Amino acid sequence: MSRQPETKQKQRGGIPLFWPLAALALLLLYNAVFTQDFLTLTIRNGQLYGSLVDILNRGAPIMLVAIGMTLVISTRGVDLSVGAVIAISGAIAAWLIVAHDTPPALVILLTLLGAALCGIWNGALVAFLDIQPIVATLILMVAGRGIAQLITQGQILTFRDPVINFIAGGSLFYLPFSVTIVVVTLALTAVLMRWTALGLFIESVGANEPAARLAGVNTTFVKVFVYTFCGICAGIAGLIAVSNISGADSNNAGLNAELDGILATVIGGTSLNGGRFFLVGSIVGALIIQTLTTTILSSDVPPHYTLVVKSVVVLAVCLLQSDAMQASIRRLATKGGAA
Amino acid sequence: MIRRLLLRSPVVATLGVFVLLYAVSAIRYPAFTRPNVFLNLFSDHAALGIAAVGITLVIISGGIDLSVGAMIGFTSVVLAVLIEQNHLHPMLAVLVVLLIGTALGTGMGWIIRTFALPPFLVTLAGMFFARGMGLVVSLKSLSITDERFTAFGAWEASIGSLRIPSVSLVFLAVVALGAWLGRYTRFGRNVYAIGGSEDSAVLMGLPVGATKIRVYAFSAFCSALAGVIFALKGSSGYAHAGAGLEMDAIAATVVGGTLLSGGVGAVPGTLIGVLIFGVIQTLVLFENLNSWWGRIAIGLLLLMFVLVQRIVTRRAA
Amino acid sequence: MPEPTPLLKMTGIQKRFPGVVALNNVDFRVNAGEIHALMGQNGAGKSTLIKVLTGVHTRDAGEILVDGKPFSARSPGHAQELGVSTVYQEVNLIPSLSVAENLFLGRQPLRLGQLDWGTLTKRAETAVQRLDLNIDVSRRLSTYPIAIQQMVAIARALDVSARLLILDEPTSSLDAAEVSRLFTLMRRLKADGIGIIFITHFLGQVYEISDRITVLRNGGLVGEWPTADLPPMRLVEQMLGLDASQLPEHKQKTQRLIEERRKPFFRAAGLGRKGAVEPFDLEVREGEVLGLAGLLGSGRTEVARLLFGADRADSGTCEVDGRSLRLASPRDAIRARFAFCPEDRKTEGLIPQLSVRENIVLALQAARGWYRRLSRKHQNELADRFIHSMQIATPDAEQAVNNLSGGNQQKVIVARWLASDPRLLILDEPTRGIDVGSKAEIQRLAMELAEAGKAVLLISSELEEISRCSTRVAVLRDRKMIAELDGGEVSEQEIMQTIASGHGSGDEPTA
Repeated sequence: MSRQPETKQKQRGGIPLFWPLAALALLLLYNAVFTQDFLTLTIRNGQLYGSLVDILNRGAPIMLVAIGMTLVISTRGVDLSVGAVIAISGAIAAWLIVAHDTPPALVILLTLLGAALCGIWNGALVAFLDIQPIVATLILMVAGRGIAQLITQGQILTFRDPVINFIAGGSLFYLPFSVTIVVVTLALTAVLMRWTALGLFIESVGANEPAARLAGVNTTFVKVFVYTFCGICAGIAGLIAVSNISGADSNNAGLNAELDGILATVIGGTSLNGGRFFLVGSIVGALIIQTLTTTILSSDVPPHYTLVVKSVVVLAVCLLQSDAMQASIRRLATKGGAA
Repeated sequence: MIRRLLLRSPVVATLGVFVLLYAVSAIRYPAFTRPNVFLNLFSDHAALGIAAVGITLVIISGGIDLSVGAMIGFTSVVLAVLIEQNHLHPMLAVLVVLLIGTALGTGMGWIIRTFALPPFLVTLAGMFFARGMGLVVSLKSLSITDERFTAFGAWEASIGSLRIPSVSLVFLAVVALGAWLGRYTRFGRNVYAIGGSEDSAVLMGLPVGATKIRVYAFSAFCSALAGVIFALKGSSGYAHAGAGLEMDAIAATVVGGTLLSGGVGAVPGTLIGVLIFGVIQTLVLFENLNSWWGRIAIGLLLLMFVLVQRIVTRRAA
Repeated sequence: MPEPTPLLKMTGIQKRFPGVVALNNVDFRVNAGEIHALMGQNGAGKSTLIKVLTGVHTRDAGEILVDGKPFSARSPGHAQELGVSTVYQEVNLIPSLSVAENLFLGRQPLRLGQLDWGTLTKRAETAVQRLDLNIDVSRRLSTYPIAIQQMVAIARALDVSARLLILDEPTSSLDAAEVSRLFTLMRRLKADGIGIIFITHFLGQVYEISDRITVLRNGGLVGEWPTADLPPMRLVEQMLGLDASQLPEHKQKTQRLIEERRKPFFRAAGLGRKGAVEPFDLEVREGEVLGLAGLLGSGRTEVARLLFGADRADSGTCEVDGRSLRLASPRDAIRARFAFCPEDRKTEGLIPQLSVRENIVLALQAARGWYRRLSRKHQNELADRFIHSMQIATPDAEQAVNNLSGGNQQKVIVARWLASDPRLLILDEPTRGIDVGSKAEIQRLAMELAEAGKAVLLISSELEEISRCSTRVAVLRDRKMIAELDGGEVSEQEIMQTIASGHGSGDEPTA
């Protein structure tokens, strides 16, 4: 039986990245045409202002969550607790400042430590107790906001701390500092994945865990790592959130963050079944989600239509990425070509 | 021996926990021994319970339905509009929203089947859609003053000295329906088969596609009905109702003995899961604790259940 | 005398997939009351032919007649209704449901509009008794071993009134007693007039049970013969399309190795695990191929998994080079430079989406740890080296492994372990389900490794393979290591006698 080389394997930076980028480009184009001053950028007080900057700024938390979520999903897992971890992180930070007047560097350190502990908790449940990820992280998701409220005793703690406020409010190289945080996190993650064997290990655990274990991969370590890492990313997002409003709102902080994070990851090309992951794709996915929200807000469409539009976009992206659709597109493409 | 019993029927463990929990509560607060405290568990959580019945079958089939909470909000607000602004007879209005809900569920099921998309994502889109459409219909809460409607909401059946509210009866009826579907219909057994091994179900010639569509339609029907119940209890429709309820429903289902991986579980278990949920809420109230302790308690309960399930199934392997 | 109308007649079947011609003008026929073996290497087109028949694929051209009438199934379910049922190797039933339910899923008896559980249970009991199967039909299917599950699958097929029964590799997971039971059943069904298509790799079984043989090769029909008219050698030649024998003769070389008796570098004493295998002693020497023989289910894979740390031992100790060794996980074994090619390469061996290169370097990388990454250049070199030396058929090293054929996938896994330069290479059924050509290559590889000074632990169900490749054979029976055969004793007859008698030649006879 003759067999032509199947180019079924999606190569890095190849086909899967095309669709999300195209979707993002389309959205930006639409805005450029229909939204007034969408592309205008102004500089005031050494900071860039404009719709584009807004998207980057507001989308920072989603992008961070997406980075962490990508690795978790790659191991065939999921983390439903990121929203709760954002709330918990915010609560820890605000409480430390308000109740203990802690220096900002320590606040950041302890907050991230708390977020990491949440991640380790999830990782331990999944890796050591062999509990399904969706159930394991559901526990923290359910209890997490309760814990956050426990820390703030049910109140919205507000504070004034210039360093913490800089996280979301400050700027570096004309861009909001939150953007810098995202870029640095993305870069560090990418380096960690590709310059060490972690990327290979994570993908192998997701693609076939028993085989990876028999090949000698420390699957327990890999799983605990990805959940801890996801927790830390949520912690960073939590710091940005708390910096944004100079306070901790345990009820609303990080609301729906997990859903947006999962969505961004899937739009970006990583499959829910695990295996190959695409960090840049997830960032693009997060940008699409944020651009969508901004598009609706700045257009004549009433804001409560946001969710409806979001649902259509989710569906459209899923359909485009589905195997059935990919097959149809391939058929259309080759129909004019070889016999 | 206990282990084998637990394996045979996961509902047994759930029942045990409930009995224990209730007994401990009754010792601490004798009020629990009063019948209407027990009955209140049903009426207070009727909406959650009805929605959970639908989600149970979906989870047993190996899928998941995140749109449940949003459907409640959407249905309640559409119901309010139909009754108050379109002046439809309440029964007709209820029928219409149930049809709309079921249609939405059928749509989601059809997309999941035809394009082989992950139910997580499709029902997530459904959740956004339902919540969004609810907000489009009305941003604010709409009250329902139609007397025929409010009368049914207030009606209670009397059995001896007990009074059972109408919503509790609807809840019990839905549980019975769900249990019957799961055990005594080919559809129900196909749901278990698909959850147990979808590939095998296909090769065995079972109508996998049709069953999937039907199970999401049923779940949507249940959540639409739950929306009606919500409207009955509060005499109003509110698009934001049911926010986060899908997670509570899933938690109740898991506590009820259903495995999130599919193939194992039962509707009666979910009923007990909802009751446990209710007992904890009531306890938190009685203990005069801050509301956030309720969430933490449920999280701990979920953890306990999951651990026990793990230990039992691990030893058996 | 006119020939009776065949039960099944397929003529001129064509089937193409993008870039591949799967079936090219294939004829196939089966008579009622006949056991017909369908054979061919992996990729010959056997499973495609069956899928075309049962409605999984639509044929591009050709005709299918059942009992002389046109036959066209839209789906496996439809084919079942029309009397053509398939029982697969993986027993496609629902493990979480009861035996009774599995028998009647989709056709449960109804009473007053709802399921009649009482009647269902009764009918289920009748159905299994028809096969001489005495089991509790209300128990979950997963509580029964594969052999029983297969019988339930056959019972279901029969109950849906199958006229043509397709058995796809039914004996791969069965031990000899279970195979014998299956064959008795098949003969009974044959006497009842049912046509059976028997797809298998086991030459011995083909000669034991089948009436006719059809051979496919590269999507085309090679020929159809009555079994009695086709000697085994000719069958293999037809399947390969070659004349000369591919089976290497290394017996002399292995004899030489035995003379250089080396000291064992690995010793296991009293190693055992409850429910898996009873405590055993084992020594492994460098430069030898230690065969692990025994019937299916005798505990061979369990021994291998204990030696590799894939399962934890309850008792016993191990030592390497005189130093005690704790085997609590595969990583411990890998650190001692052991390597393990598991029996089920699809679920335990390959990492599907990853490339050939990534699969090959994985074990080596895992041993080095996550922080010391092999450079891309180094990885490419490694991959290319093994693709070349093991003749792995792939367009390049970046190809996704699931696109390779079974034999080449197996080679990738062996390459993965060779890359880590092990002292002990454990091969669990390395040639099962593989085409004859790759089979011979892997056997040759095992012996070459031994000659190069490594130790190879070879597990195989094929006595012929064990006796030819091994210098020493440990025999297992019923989860217990019962004997060790050395040098001149390593022949198929001796192994079989050992298993049958339950003890080695120097021991007291066991009960």
